[in-house]
Amino acid sequence: MKARFLTLKPSGIRIEVTEAGKGRDLLYLHGAGGHMPADPLIAALATKYRVVAPLLPGYGQSTGEDGLRDMLDIALHGLDVLDALRLRKPIVVGHSMGGMIAAEMAAIARTEVANLCLLAPAGLWLDDHPIGDIFSKLPYELPGLLFHDAEAGGRLLAPGGDMNDPEFLKQFLVMNARRLGMAGKMLFPIPDRGLGQRLQRIAAKTLIVWGAEDVLIPPIYGRAFKKAISKSKLIRIAKAGHAVGQEKPAAVLKAIREFF
Amino acid sequence: MKFTWFHLMPWPHMPDDFRQKHRSVWVDLPSRMYEPELGHIAYHQYLDQLEYAEQVGFDGIGVNEHHANAYGLMPSPNIMAATLTRRTSKAALVVLGNSIALYNPPLRVAEEFAMLDVLSGGRLVAGFPVGTSMDTNYAYGTIPALTREKYAEAHDLIRKAWAADEPFAFNGRYTKLRYVNCWPKPIQKVPPIFIPGGGSVETYDFCLDNTYSYSYLSYSGYLRAKLLMEGYWKRVAERKVDESPYRAGFAQVICVADTDAEAEKLYWPHVNYFYNRCLHVYPGFADAPGYRTVKTIQTGALSQFTQAAARDYPNMSWKDLLDGRYVVAGSPETVRQQMEELIKTLRVGNIFCLMHVGNMPNDKVRHSTRLFAEKVMPHLRNLWPEWKNHDDRFWMHPMNEPVPLKVAAE
Repeated sequence: MKARFLTLKPSGIRIEVTEAGKGRDLLYLHGAGGHMPADPLIAALATKYRVVAPLLPGYGQSTGEDGLRDMLDIALHGLDVLDALRLRKPIVVGHSMGGMIAAEMAAIARTEVANLCLLAPAGLWLDDHPIGDIFSKLPYELPGLLFHDAEAGGRLLAPGGDMNDPEFLKQFLVMNARRLGMAGKMLFPIPDRGLGQRLQRIAAKTLIVWGAEDVLIPPIYGRAFKKAISKSKLIRIAKAGHAVGQEKPAAVLKAIREFF
Repeated sequence: MKFTWFHLMPWPHMPDDFRQKHRSVWVDLPSRMYEPELGHIAYHQYLDQLEYAEQVGFDGIGVNEHHANAYGLMPSPNIMAATLTRRTSKAALVVLGNSIALYNPPLRVAEEFAMLDVLSGGRLVAGFPVGTSMDTNYAYGTIPALTREKYAEAHDLIRKAWAADEPFAFNGRYTKLRYVNCWPKPIQKVPPIFIPGGGSVETYDFCLDNTYSYSYLSYSGYLRAKLLMEGYWKRVAERKVDESPYRAGFAQVICVADTDAEAEKLYWPHVNYFYNRCLHVYPGFADAPGYRTVKTIQTGALSQFTQAAARDYPNMSWKDLLDGRYVVAGSPETVRQQMEELIKTLRVGNIFCLMHVGNMPNDKVRHSTRLFAEKVMPHLRNLWPEWKNHDDRFWMHPMNEPVPLKVAAE
């Protein structure tokens, strides 16, 4: 995996892009947690695709988050990134918050986004199946929320530091404030910015993937996305939680390969 | 010196096993715990106590705003202040304050504060807090990273609404109004404004730019507040503005008894209730990501409630809390000495006296309040002689001849 930087016109926003692999172009938009260390999904996808994974402003070394306030700002930013990367007929893959952004991009730019893969996307709200509040969670609660196998997931997240060490705590709080501060513009307090009324605009061939054991956004949301997007297929992956791509990278890669 | 007797109005009936049974006093505490008929008694006792504070000579009486919690039962401090306008006549009404980013439109604050100022004959001291993260983000749903911008815009609208004598249009990002037209207008034109802050440089500058008084509302006492207040005074010096002590205020838990030993006997259970039940906030609710700016986090300033969660209050004794000066308690002489040290160390002209503590019963509240007013306060009056113990910019300007109040029966 390599990192490079891209300055967008006309916003002037500078973003960090992770690139890996060769093959057909695949744009990967991360979830609220950003990229994991040595992200297993990016690694798996890179065995068959040229993966281009930009970091949203507020994540990693990408900047410019103050100018992005609402869903339209962020979806248009996503399209600016797509434009600047000059990808050829990419498969646009988005996980969770990244899936919400990808779906918004596809609803706005109906012809530019022709191949869409949503991994447990956020963006809808069903009163009978409320989505958990990630913002009030403490770090130790996250593995159980994101992974079916919480123990293995905890190792993947690898906070790798001591929360009782004031310097580490400060760094963690700064990173967390930047990342989840940005995510909050889409997801806080309820992760619904009206995507439901725009999903029907999506013309892309769409694969929806859900971890069968997702406790953050329950799998029933998969059905709601499937119902609203005309050319879509929904598959469930066994023994996987919300971080379905990181927990079962091979199965997600296989599903993408078979569908597109 | 200006002494404001400040009420948090906590719920005084949390059970002994509260910490074990509930993860937080704020945000997700089931409201079935609230009993309205007991609430009726508590509210009226609390209002009586505020009125009593005026009678015994406090300069101000104070209320504030919180939501979805048992720590402080005033979602609308303005309702409380409104009742106080009718039964008091001398004390400043310190509403500390309205969380201006939460009002839609925030013009509501300009209007209600104007109402309070008119009702009270110009006795309002207005506070504009951002609000705790529990209140602003979790209970009222404001997006954390946009909270400060929304706050700044609300402030701008309120000040313009008070200043204008004709309707005007306000095209904000969060509020758009074709006709801003503030009726009524405050007697004081612009009431003195206090800003509760927690150590961010942006807030220091905001106070200095606007001639607002910076109020540090801490429960961890003046020894721990020293560093923060030094940061503020350093900024004051850098900005080359005058160093009036009335530019700053501090909240302190105070308990006065006839002797030090009596203070422990009378007040320890209630102090313990306050630190271990009222401040029992789930750390996940204390500081939503994005609520504090990166710059503020980098200066190492943690939220009051993050600090509380990190402290070992359950294992702190009365002696620990007194030795650490979390609480200033004891005989009038002990309290006087410590308060003098506090006032001089922090260089503050305003003290927010927290004298109802946790579940303290009415008789003890009045006992402590009276002793402070009679035996402590007079000795602390003259600590800033070079400022003649008053700074007109940071205190109320009541009208000269308010209407004499009559009770309904007359």
